[in-house]
Amino acid sequence: MSSITEEVVDSASIAAASTKRKSLWLVAIRNPNVIFGGVILLTMLVIAILAPFLGTVDPTRIDPASRNKKPGTEITYRLDDGTTVKRVAIMGTDSLGRDVYSRVLYGARVSLAVGVAVSIISVAIGMVIGLVSGYVRWADGIIMRIMDGLMAIPGILLAIALVSIWRAGLITVVFAIVVPDVPRVVRLVRSIVLTVREEPYVEGAISVGTPTWILMFRHILPNTVAPLIVQGTFLAAAAILTEAALSFLGIGIPPEIPSWGNIMAEGRTLFRVFPHNILYPGIFLALTVLAINIMGDGLRDTLDPKMSKKV
Amino acid sequence: MSTEVKRPVLEVRNLSVSLPKGGDRVHAVEKVNFTVNPGEIVCLVGESGSGKSVIAFTVMGLLAKALKPTSGEILLEGENILTAGEERLRELRCTRMSMIFQEPMTALNPVMTCGDQIDEVLSTHTQLDAAARKAKIIAILGRVKLPEPERIYGSFPHQLSGGQRQRIMIAMALVLDPVLLIADEPTTALDVTTQAEILKLIAELQEGQGTGVLFITHDFGVVAEIAHRVAVLRWGQLVEMGPTEQILSRPVQGYTKMLISSVPSITPVHRGVRRDGITILRTEKLGKIYTGNAFFQKARVVKAAVDVDLDIRRGETLGIVGESGSGKSTVARCIARLIDPTEGKIYIGDTEIATMSARKLRPHRRRVQIVFQDPYRSMNPRITVGEFIIEGPMNFGLGRQEAMARARKLMETVRLDPNSLDRYPHQFSGGQRQRICIARALAMEPELLIADEAVSALDVSVQKQVLELLDEIRVRLNLAVLFITHDLRVAAQICDYVAVMSKGHVVEYGSAEQVFGSPKADYTKALFAAAPGRHWEFGKFAA
Amino acid sequence: MLDFIARRLIAIVPVLGVVAVFVFLMLRLTPGDPAAVIAGDNATSDQIADIRTKLGLDEPIWTQFAIWIGNVLQGNFGESFFFKKTVAELIAQRVEPTLALAICTLVFAVSISVPIGVMAAYRQGSLIDKAVMGFSVLGFSVPGFVIGYCLIYVFAIELGWLPVQGYVRIGVNFWQFAERMVLPSLTLSVGFVALISRITRASVLEVLNEDYIRTARAKGLSNRVVLMRHALRNAAVPILTVIGLGIAILIGGAVVTESVFGLPGLGRLTVEAVLSRDFPTIQTVILLFSVVYVVINLLIDISYTLFDPRIRY
Repeated sequence: MSSITEEVVDSASIAAASTKRKSLWLVAIRNPNVIFGGVILLTMLVIAILAPFLGTVDPTRIDPASRNKKPGTEITYRLDDGTTVKRVAIMGTDSLGRDVYSRVLYGARVSLAVGVAVSIISVAIGMVIGLVSGYVRWADGIIMRIMDGLMAIPGILLAIALVSIWRAGLITVVFAIVVPDVPRVVRLVRSIVLTVREEPYVEGAISVGTPTWILMFRHILPNTVAPLIVQGTFLAAAAILTEAALSFLGIGIPPEIPSWGNIMAEGRTLFRVFPHNILYPGIFLALTVLAINIMGDGLRDTLDPKMSKKV
Repeated sequence: MSTEVKRPVLEVRNLSVSLPKGGDRVHAVEKVNFTVNPGEIVCLVGESGSGKSVIAFTVMGLLAKALKPTSGEILLEGENILTAGEERLRELRCTRMSMIFQEPMTALNPVMTCGDQIDEVLSTHTQLDAAARKAKIIAILGRVKLPEPERIYGSFPHQLSGGQRQRIMIAMALVLDPVLLIADEPTTALDVTTQAEILKLIAELQEGQGTGVLFITHDFGVVAEIAHRVAVLRWGQLVEMGPTEQILSRPVQGYTKMLISSVPSITPVHRGVRRDGITILRTEKLGKIYTGNAFFQKARVVKAAVDVDLDIRRGETLGIVGESGSGKSTVARCIARLIDPTEGKIYIGDTEIATMSARKLRPHRRRVQIVFQDPYRSMNPRITVGEFIIEGPMNFGLGRQEAMARARKLMETVRLDPNSLDRYPHQFSGGQRQRICIARALAMEPELLIADEAVSALDVSVQKQVLELLDEIRVRLNLAVLFITHDLRVAAQICDYVAVMSKGHVVEYGSAEQVFGSPKADYTKALFAAAPGRHWEFGKFAA
Repeated sequence: MLDFIARRLIAIVPVLGVVAVFVFLMLRLTPGDPAAVIAGDNATSDQIADIRTKLGLDEPIWTQFAIWIGNVLQGNFGESFFFKKTVAELIAQRVEPTLALAICTLVFAVSISVPIGVMAAYRQGSLIDKAVMGFSVLGFSVPGFVIGYCLIYVFAIELGWLPVQGYVRIGVNFWQFAERMVLPSLTLSVGFVALISRITRASVLEVLNEDYIRTARAKGLSNRVVLMRHALRNAAVPILTVIGLGIAILIGGAVVTESVFGLPGLGRLTVEAVLSRDFPTIQTVILLFSVVYVVINLLIDISYTLFDPRIRY
C-alpha cells in the first residue's frame, strides 16, 4: 500500500489538448458532400426568396394571347395600365399563357417550404412520441401498435387518403405528408432511447438520484440530435418529392399555386408538343432533392457514422 | 524434443510496422526480433497497445490495410512471408501456419455448419474426396475432444458453447498439421474453467505434433501455465525475452519487473477479520427471475439469482466471485436497484429497499453507489468531469459552489489534478476515468460502494493502482464495499469475505482466507483448480 | 415452424386492426354526412336514406364499425356510386396492370441491384462503387414521373421504338402487352434499384468486417469464395428486409407511374377515386394495398429461416 502515497497527481498524463470536445459540427460542414449539397440548396433558397427580382412576372397571370409558346419566344405583355412590354419567355408559357420561368422560380418557394415544414414538424412530433414510448413502459405497447399500423399503409397512399379527407391546400398537404413520416421518427428516437438507457452512464445517473426529466434532457436527448438532423434532412427530400407527386396527380396543392408538381401536371396533356413544361420544373425539382440527399449523405457520414454503416 | 539442431519454424527479424499518420506513435511495431522453434510455445505478452496482436496479424498476412510493414523480414521455415504474393500466402494459410482468435462467439460463420466450415479448408488445400474429407474432419473433432463428432459436424455454431466453438476453431486450424499455430488471446473471452481446458488442449496437441505456437496474451497467469519462452512487449518494442522461468522470477528490465509485480497474488492477504462494524447491507433470500412471456411460446424462466443471503459491515469488503452468467452482476444491480428484484429483501442499514417504489427510493439512492466495468461508457461524453461529479450532490440539494469544492477535494483523493475538472472524458485514459467514477460515487458520501467488475477492463499495472486506491478509500472512509469480479486473484487481494456464485446460487460464503485456503464446495474447488498460473507465486520486484 | 407462422399471423392482427380502424374512420372524419359523401353530388334523397340504413349510420359508432368490418370480411366492400359498380368488381377489373407492373419491376430491379451492390461493396472506393452510389443518390432524387416522361420522350417520341402510353391485356396480345410494360417497369425500377443496391452494398460491407470473414481469409480461401459463400448469405436478411419495406415504395410509385403511362390499374383507380371523392373505392384500395404489404412482409419474415439457422421461431 505504500506505493500509492508516492504516486504523483498525474495531471501531466491528462491530454493537454483543447478543453472542448472536438465539435462534430465543424467536421460536418467541412465534408465535401455537405458543402456541395449545401451550395446548391442555398442557391435554390436565394432563388426562392428573390424570385420577384429575377426578371419574373406574376406567376398566376393568365394571358390567353400567349398560350403554349416554346422557350425563347418573345411575348408582348399588356399591363394593367394599358402599356405593353415585350419580354422573352425563356422557359416558354403553359396552356393558359402563364410564364413558366416565373412559375418555376416561385415554385421553389412551395417546395422548400414543404420540405422544411414537414421535416421540422415530423421530427418534433416524432421525438416527443418516441421519448414517451422509449421511457414510459406502459405507453410503449399502445404507441408502437398504432405506429406499426400507420407504417403498414404505404406512405404515399396514407398521404393520399388524408388529402382526400381534408381536401387540398398547402397546410393539409404538409400534414398529409407528416403523418406517414412520424412513425419512422418515433421508431428512430425510441430505439436510441432504449439503447442509451442501458448505457452505464445513464444507470450511473439513476444511481446518483437524477430525476427522470433531467435524465432525459441531459443524458438521453442529446444522443438523438445528430441522427434526427440526418433523418430530418432525408425527410425533407422525400417530402418535396411527395408534394410534387401529389400535385402532379392533381390531388395536392390547388392548381393555381405555382408549385413544381402543378406546373408539370398542367404540362401533361400537351407533353408531346411542349415537353418544356415538364422538363424545366423537373430539372429544378430533381436538382433540389439531389442537393438535399447529397447533403444528407455527408451529414450522416460525419454526424452519425453508426447509421451510415447500416444504409 | 530431439537434440538435433532444428531450424526455427518462425523467425521475425527486425520487423517494423508503421501506423497511419495521426496516430499516437509512428510505429505499431518497431524493430522486433524473435524466433519460434518447433514444438515450442512462445508467449508474446504485453498490455493494450503493445503491438502484440499486430505482430500476429502481420505473420498471417491479415493486417488491416492502414498498417504497413516497413522493414525486416518474417521467415516461415526460411521463406519470407513479407515478400510472398497474395496467392502464395493463401496456400500457406492453414497448411503451414494457422491462427485462432480471441472471440470464438463471432469467429465462425453463423450460417454454415461447423463441419462445412472445416471442410472448406480441406477442399481448398487438398485433393481429398468427400468421404476422405469427412473422415478426416470427424477424426480431428475427436482429437479436440468434442463429444459426438458426428453431431457436432452437422451443428451450427450458435448451437455450441463458447468453449466448444473455440475447439472447432482449433480443429480447423490444426486439421492440416501446420508447423506454426498463432493463438491471439484464445482464452480471454472464456470462463476460467473453460480456459483451463482449452489451454491444456493446445499444449497437448502442439506437443504431439511438434507444432510451434506463437501465443498472444496479456495474462501472466496464462504465461506461467503454458509458455516455454516469453517475449515482453511495450509500445511496439521488445522489452525482454527469455525462458519463462527466467522472465517470471528474474526479470532484468524495470518494465517487466513492474508488470510482474502488479500481478495480484492468489493467496489472500491476511487483514484480520473484524466483525465489529455495524451492518450496512443485508440481503434476505434475494432473488431475480426473468420471465419471457410471448404468445404460443413456452414461458422462458431464467433464474438469474436465487435465495442470496449476504451481509456487509462497515469497513469491510465482500467479494462476489463467479463465472459469466453466475448472477453476480444481477445481485449487484438489484442492490443498487438498477433492476427490481423479484424476491427477497434488501436492507440498507435498517431500511428495506427491495420493494420500495421509485419515488420513495430516491432519498436512499445516495446511500448505495456503484462503479461499472467499462470506463469508456460510464461517463457521458458530452459533459465535463466536474459536472459529472457534482450531478449527484446537486440532485440532493447541495449548492453548486459547495459541490464543486467537494469535487476538487475528491479529485485529490483519487489522485487526479483538481484543475482538470473542466475537461471532457475523452481526454482521460481508462484508469483515470475509473478514478473519476470512484470520485463521483464518493461525492454522494455513500455507505456502500459497489464495484461491478470495476478493474476488469484495465491493464494489470493500472488495475493494481485502482485496487490500491479502492482499498485505501475503504480504510479512510470506513466504507462497506461490495466487489464483483470474475478474477480470483483480484478477489484474493481485496476481499475480507468472499461469496462464490454459480448459476444464480451462492455456493460458498466465508472469509477470504477460509474460502481460498480450504474451499468446501466442489464448484469452488474446480474454480480454483482452473485458475491459470495458480502454482506460480509472482514475485514483487523493486522497479 | 408452424408454431412460428401461427405466432406471426397473430402478430399482424393488431397491425391490420389499426389499419382497419383508420380506413373506417376516414369517411367519418371527412366533413359532412357520410351517406351524402358516399352517394356523390347528384344523388337523390332516397338513395342517401338507403345508404344510411345499409351502413347503419343511425346506430352508435361501434355498431357501425361492426357492420362495416363484417361486410369487409365477407368481401363486401360496398358500392362505388361514381363508377356505378360494386367496389369488388371495380378492383377485379383493375388488378392486372398493377400486378404485372409490380412483378416486372421487382424481378428486373432485384436482378440488377443485388449484383451491382455486391460489386460496389467488394470494390469499395473504386470507380464502380462511386458509380453505383452516385446512381443510387440520383435514383432517390429524380421523381418517377420525370423519369417516365424522359423515357417516353426518348424511346417513344424521338426514337419511336415503343408505344407512348396505354395497356393491352396479357391475354389479348402478349407481345403488345410486353412492349407496353417496358417503359413503366423501367421507370418504377429506378427508385427501387437505388434502394436495393444501396442496402446490398451496406450489408455486404458490414458483413465483410465480421470476425468470421477474417477466419475465412485465415483459412486461405480466395476472395471470391469469401465474398460469395461467406459474405452474401449473411447479408441476405437485411437485404430481404429492405426489399419487403421497399414494396411500399413500389405501391406509391405505381400510383404515379400508372398515371404517366395511362395504365388502367389500381394506382390510377386510386387517383380517380380521390378526384371524384369516391370514398368506398378509396377505402378499399388502401385496405387492399396495406394487407398486401403486410402479408408480403410476413412472407419475407418467414423466409429468413431459409437464410439464417439462428432464426428458430
